[in-house]
Amino acid sequence: MRFLPLIFKNALRNRRRSFLTISSLALSICLLGVLTALYAALFHSSPPPGQELRLVTRHKVSITNVMPTWYKEKIRAVPGVKEVIIWQWFGGWYKTEERDRQYFFPRFAAESDRLFAVYPEWEIPEDQKKAFQADQTGCIVGADLAKAQGFKIGDKINIKGSFFPINLELTVRGIYHSPQDSDSLWFQFKYLERGFESLGWPNFAGTFTMLADSPESIPGIIRAIDTQFANSEAPTRTETEYAFGLSFLAFLGNVKMILLSICGAVTFTILLVAANTMAMSVRERVREVGVLKTLGFTQRKILLILLGESMAISLIGAGIGLVFAQGLCTILRQAPPVVQQIKTLTIEPAVLAILIAISLILGLASCIVPAWNASRTSILDALGFTD
Amino acid sequence: MKIPLSYNLRNLAVRRTTTIMTAFGIGLTVAVLAASMSLTAGLREAFRSTGHPLQLILMRKGSGAELSSQVSRESFNEAIKYRPGIARLPNGEPAASPELVNTVNLPSTESPDGMNLTLRGILPVGITMREESKIKLGRWFEFGKREIVVGADIAARYPDAGLGRKVKLGRGDWLVVGVYESAYPARNSELVGDANQLLAEFDRGPYFSSVLLRAQDEVAMQALVNSLNTDQRLQLDILTEKEYYERQSSSGNLIQYVGTFVAIIMAVGSVFAAMNTMYAAVARRSKEIGTLRVLGFSRRSILASFFIESMILALFGGIAGLLLVLPLNGLTTGIGADATFAEIAFRLRLTPGVALASMGFALVVGAIGGLLPAFGAARKQILTALRDI
Repeated sequence: MRFLPLIFKNALRNRRRSFLTISSLALSICLLGVLTALYAALFHSSPPPGQELRLVTRHKVSITNVMPTWYKEKIRAVPGVKEVIIWQWFGGWYKTEERDRQYFFPRFAAESDRLFAVYPEWEIPEDQKKAFQADQTGCIVGADLAKAQGFKIGDKINIKGSFFPINLELTVRGIYHSPQDSDSLWFQFKYLERGFESLGWPNFAGTFTMLADSPESIPGIIRAIDTQFANSEAPTRTETEYAFGLSFLAFLGNVKMILLSICGAVTFTILLVAANTMAMSVRERVREVGVLKTLGFTQRKILLILLGESMAISLIGAGIGLVFAQGLCTILRQAPPVVQQIKTLTIEPAVLAILIAISLILGLASCIVPAWNASRTSILDALGFTD
Repeated sequence: MKIPLSYNLRNLAVRRTTTIMTAFGIGLTVAVLAASMSLTAGLREAFRSTGHPLQLILMRKGSGAELSSQVSRESFNEAIKYRPGIARLPNGEPAASPELVNTVNLPSTESPDGMNLTLRGILPVGITMREESKIKLGRWFEFGKREIVVGADIAARYPDAGLGRKVKLGRGDWLVVGVYESAYPARNSELVGDANQLLAEFDRGPYFSSVLLRAQDEVAMQALVNSLNTDQRLQLDILTEKEYYERQSSSGNLIQYVGTFVAIIMAVGSVFAAMNTMYAAVARRSKEIGTLRVLGFSRRSILASFFIESMILALFGGIAGLLLVLPLNGLTTGIGADATFAEIAFRLRLTPGVALASMGFALVVGAIGGLLPAFGAARKQILTALRDI
């Protein structure tokens, strides 16, 4: 502890070098922080309250493959399932969306009678709820979406069909608030059914969304549904709503492996940068080590002072890097969400602990060899050392 | 007068550890960039080299991809098949192939949970029009039977879909009777069977997904597009086969953005590291710089010499980075195409373009990192430099 001022003085001796090293470390740790936070958010986070009980069943192949609507009754009969509704993704184009991404927002058709039972956390005035349920061409929009596109109650929204060749003429009947997703539009599944009828298509469901009665029954429900339909014409895949969002990411390739290998490359680069600097600064100081030894510093103390300096530098770098990483996470949270998990992206305490540990280990590892060699140099050799 | 290059090389060799570490740091940065670029280059190549220049893909208006498109047998027979301008096959039939496209899920060596693959149903004319697809193992499927052939990439990546295996498509099992290899890379990620059998298997009624047409020549192609576009009965989107696949190469964009972003941040870090190394080199060689000046080398030569040294360092780094990525070249991997929800296999390609861009990137890092220290070296006064320890 006594040597702390000495360590800091040493670190500040070559200011330019310390500044460059710390900046380089800070950048790398910042990058590592964001990537680790992303990894943690995608693969190790748990769903927010209100969502953990919701499950989604889709066709095993993809949401563009459909299931017969009678699956709903079978699913309802599975023990532990409290509510189930048909839920259908509807692509389409709003205004000039075909060319202009600013008009993009997700649109879903769902069975309005039980919709609010499956999404109990939504806040929507009772009269708007009733108005929506009573109007077959009605729709409700999330508060964020309403703000972004300027939708008000009573507005007409026309959606041109793409994947489904059906044009929708909707009227906004309500605006809902949800802690997770307030940027979607929901309209009545009945309206879509009518469209299918006029096309002569059979009735089908893209996904079923259900509410379980307790977290304990979730694994059982998943098993029961998927085994029941495993050998039918449309095998299913059931997962939590939280995990369902991630399945879209799987199409981007092996995200897990890509993230991990980039993290590895970044960490290794930091190690090289840190080791290089420390080796340089120790080598410059071999003579000084001789002086310190003459003054009576033991080999161990010298080693500790050198290691302390390297660790101090990497800790400072890590601290600055993590502040920037948190800032970047905040910016990423505002970006259009590819998956819901990004919306709560932050440096969790566990990630923070891991990164600080990494930076300490790096500080230690980068310095141990040159410091060990320097501290073992005999006084005579050290004093006579010319680089 | 110029300071000889060997001076720089020797200096780098003397400070071996530092040189290697700095170069390797730059190398890793270059590797991240080069890897993400080879990935997108490979993907783009797979899609770009797919498609016959005279072939058109017809889909329902607004559907965007074959998967979500529908074209009825009736409109094919009555309004498409015998249109003037369509090339004739050796047997006298028009080169017009109605095709069914669906996705199926198969477990692979990489993802045991199963990945989506494109299943295509064709008629005999479809096989005739696929001259570039050659059977490698087994034979083509027989019409009227529950048989399929698979592309070479599928056979290699999905052990369950190898020759002689039974694959579950729709309701029942289908026998894999052949493996084909196509000169069009995207086609090697497909399973192909009898369209009529598959229409029944998937309850599609009389609806194919798309129609593949071959025009007689370029002039006929334009006329064909015009006449199809103006036919009010049809309501079709018409793309050349080339355009259709070219569009799908955007699937790799996200990976490219992330890779570039990470590489740029890492590059800033590497610039700092290179600066550090070069500043140390300048500081340590203060006396030498003084001596060089006494010998008559100008400030300009000193500046150039240190700058060049930093560039050499970066050059080593760039080479190291490319060597690191080299084993990835030719590696087969799969990516989900946005338009089809199905996987397409492609090979990573460390193309000369990618290598050049990565090298350029490394040199930029070296240049930025070396500039300030080199100025520092050139500005030194002879006397103070000589007196430095």
